[in-house]
Amino acid sequence: MKTLNFRVILFAFALIFGIVFSIPSLTQSDEGKKITLGLDLQGGLHMLLGIQSEVAIESRIKSMAGTIKYLFDDEEIIFDDLRMLEGEKITFELLDEDDVTKATALLKKEIEGTILSANGLKFSLMMSDEETERTKKNAIGQAVDTIRNRLNEFGLAEPTVAKQGEDKILVEVPGIKTQADEQRIRELIARAAHLQLMAVDEDRIARVDSMSTAEAKSFGNVILTDVNTPQKYLLKAIPVLDGSMLTDATVGFDENNQPVINFTLNGQGAKIFGDFTGKYVGKRMAVVLDNKVYSAPNINERIGGGRVQISGRFQLSEAHDLAIALRSGALLAPVYVMEKRSVGPSLGADSIRSSSLALMLGFVLVVIFMVVYYGMAGLVANVALIGNLFLILAIMSLFGATLTLPGMAGIVLTVGMAVDANVIINERIRELLHQGKSIGKSIEDGYSNAFTAIWDANVTTLIAATVLYVYGTGAIKGFALTMSIGILASMITAIVGTHGIYQWILPHIDKNRLNFWFGIKTEGKK
Amino acid sequence: MEIFKYKKPLALMEKSKRFGLLSVAIVILALGLIIGKGFNYGIDFAGGTLIQVQYEGKAPIAKVRDAIGTDKAYQGATVTFFGGEDEVVIKTKISSKNLGEDIGDKIRVLLKDTGKFEVRRVDMVGAKVGSELREQGIMSMLLAIIGILIYVSFRFEWRFAVAAVFALVHDVTIAMGMIVLFSIEVNLDILAALLTILGYSLNDTIIVFDRIREGIRTIKNPDLGGIIDESVSRTLSRTTLTSLTTFFVVLTLFLSGGEIIHGFSFTLLVGVIVGTYSSIFVASPILMWLGFSVGGFREKEATKLKREKEKEKMRAMYENGTI
Repeated sequence: MKTLNFRVILFAFALIFGIVFSIPSLTQSDEGKKITLGLDLQGGLHMLLGIQSEVAIESRIKSMAGTIKYLFDDEEIIFDDLRMLEGEKITFELLDEDDVTKATALLKKEIEGTILSANGLKFSLMMSDEETERTKKNAIGQAVDTIRNRLNEFGLAEPTVAKQGEDKILVEVPGIKTQADEQRIRELIARAAHLQLMAVDEDRIARVDSMSTAEAKSFGNVILTDVNTPQKYLLKAIPVLDGSMLTDATVGFDENNQPVINFTLNGQGAKIFGDFTGKYVGKRMAVVLDNKVYSAPNINERIGGGRVQISGRFQLSEAHDLAIALRSGALLAPVYVMEKRSVGPSLGADSIRSSSLALMLGFVLVVIFMVVYYGMAGLVANVALIGNLFLILAIMSLFGATLTLPGMAGIVLTVGMAVDANVIINERIRELLHQGKSIGKSIEDGYSNAFTAIWDANVTTLIAATVLYVYGTGAIKGFALTMSIGILASMITAIVGTHGIYQWILPHIDKNRLNFWFGIKTEGKK
Repeated sequence: MEIFKYKKPLALMEKSKRFGLLSVAIVILALGLIIGKGFNYGIDFAGGTLIQVQYEGKAPIAKVRDAIGTDKAYQGATVTFFGGEDEVVIKTKISSKNLGEDIGDKIRVLLKDTGKFEVRRVDMVGAKVGSELREQGIMSMLLAIIGILIYVSFRFEWRFAVAAVFALVHDVTIAMGMIVLFSIEVNLDILAALLTILGYSLNDTIIVFDRIREGIRTIKNPDLGGIIDESVSRTLSRTTLTSLTTFFVVLTLFLSGGEIIHGFSFTLLVGVIVGTYSSIFVASPILMWLGFSVGGFREKEATKLKREKEKEKMRAMYENGTI
């Protein structure tokens, strides 16, 4: 009697591997690696965000203009007419010809990535193409990090934030239960969180209601409105300090038990803040967030230690989200939605139910058909099919792959295609048996005859699936993935596995009962 | 059990002209539909917003339409039942870039007096993303076809590759025609289904071609028509059985897989039927019409074999130390 052969051992190995590693996914236990359900199956929010990188470039130029002013003042270079043109160019004029060499050298040394051109004493400064690219890249990288930090701090289970392509951000947040939560998350992501502390122009604020924006500008001021009321404030355009000097922000409560946000400034910020409040006693200072005035308290005394409070008649949840946004920093450039898909948890559960039902029904149909049509040979094919299913689950679990609704469809389809290999093989074996060959020879030749066909057919399907995986997005990738894994797994189970089983049970196959074993009646011996 | 017992080859090639004409007619009809009526692009490719709302009990669809019509922005919106009678889908071409302002929320406000409901899905695709996805879709189809052409040329011969691609284009075109005929909305899942048909139809064709390749080597009579007839007849049982099992599975997906994958499974259903037909009746005759010569193929194979043998001989001599 023939003993176990390497094919059966390999198949048994694959089967055990498949069962062991698919257990965590099947039982949904907390331990071990398991398949993650896609957002379409468990519910959640999927968004593709674009970024207005031109805003990042504009603010980069704004800060360059600030640096130029600082440098020239510091080196006592006299200049005039420093302007930003269309957010892409800075122009200025030097008044003293003797300063030209010094100024040029200074700008070249201190401001990187710019092209300086001169026409007499008139200068213009532009960002180089590389610097523009770098700024854009930086803006998207920073946005990804910031959004990730915000979502992580919000306390959700496993949000995904990743750069997609050159200039898009993919955000996936599973497990959102209510509409209100979703809205909070969207607002948290979108929040620019640009914090500024600004001085109130006490000399002119009385006239603010009749003042135009242009007039305010001419005084070096801006007009901003209160976050809750239509009240207007006239503020000095250059802020005392901004959110970049903030080290921490937490939710607290004021004396009326209203939620407030306490934040702490770093050393430099605390010093600037201390100096400013010391100088401005008796005047007002505005706390401005995203160009809205949250509060404008009177400065009663010099405030040291760098601790500041924002009170703005917040809801508790709003204060909580705002603190997160402040802690994780401002977005260099605003983001906007390019694609958004949100699935409620009940729809996801419905999808799981109906696609599992389809999978089970299809599976049972195929299994019954194979046994009815091929007898024991069909049973062998079914063993391989079960092994195939376990193997797909195990491989997906090990990679922590995501199972989506189209992915389920991919598995269902694999069930149909995986038996194909066995159908081809069984047909070949039957053909040879009809020709009167011995059972052993029929099986061996059947496998070798069928192999090229199965191989070529599987490779071409894999080519299509790979293209689908590379070019597909989101859920479609899931479909391509399960199909590819299914095809590869079927090579082990349907070809090697069943072959091994035949070799193993060959001594028991009764040549007088071919109808039982292979489902055929031979017309006696030829 | 045996349904297709091979006795003698079917005389398929004699009738190949008729099948060819039938296929050409259907493909032209399908193309006419695609060009004339055009695809009904869903939001994935056209951009827009889709909102799926489930009511407790029967959805008051007339009330929903009225409620949405009160806002001018949504006047072009369509409201249809989805799956059962308790669910409706609202579709509009509008999409919003603003993270804070969600069309789902706005619809929820508009619907607040229509009864007890739950918004189960809000999909929004910006117009730019839609056109990008469409480009990617066409790109992926072309790439898949090119990849397959190269592989089949390498494994068989270029005429096999061209015939396989013809059969494939035939299947995909007919499936697209059916999608247009039944006004199925074209979204990403339909693209996936079409690519699956591509793979499936090819799978079927390759298995027939494999048999023809084998037949060329083993059957003495060099008449291609005879070889094709015999090979197709020999694989007929397999082709039909696999198509049947796949058909069962796709049918269960279609019947009980839920409304969301309805379009997907419908497309596959068409694909399985057309794919089976084309691999039996269409792919192989094309091989003949392309002027495939059995003698030429045998010669090429023989020289290939000879070269390999020579190489082996050289290696053997080398290993034996004679060179």
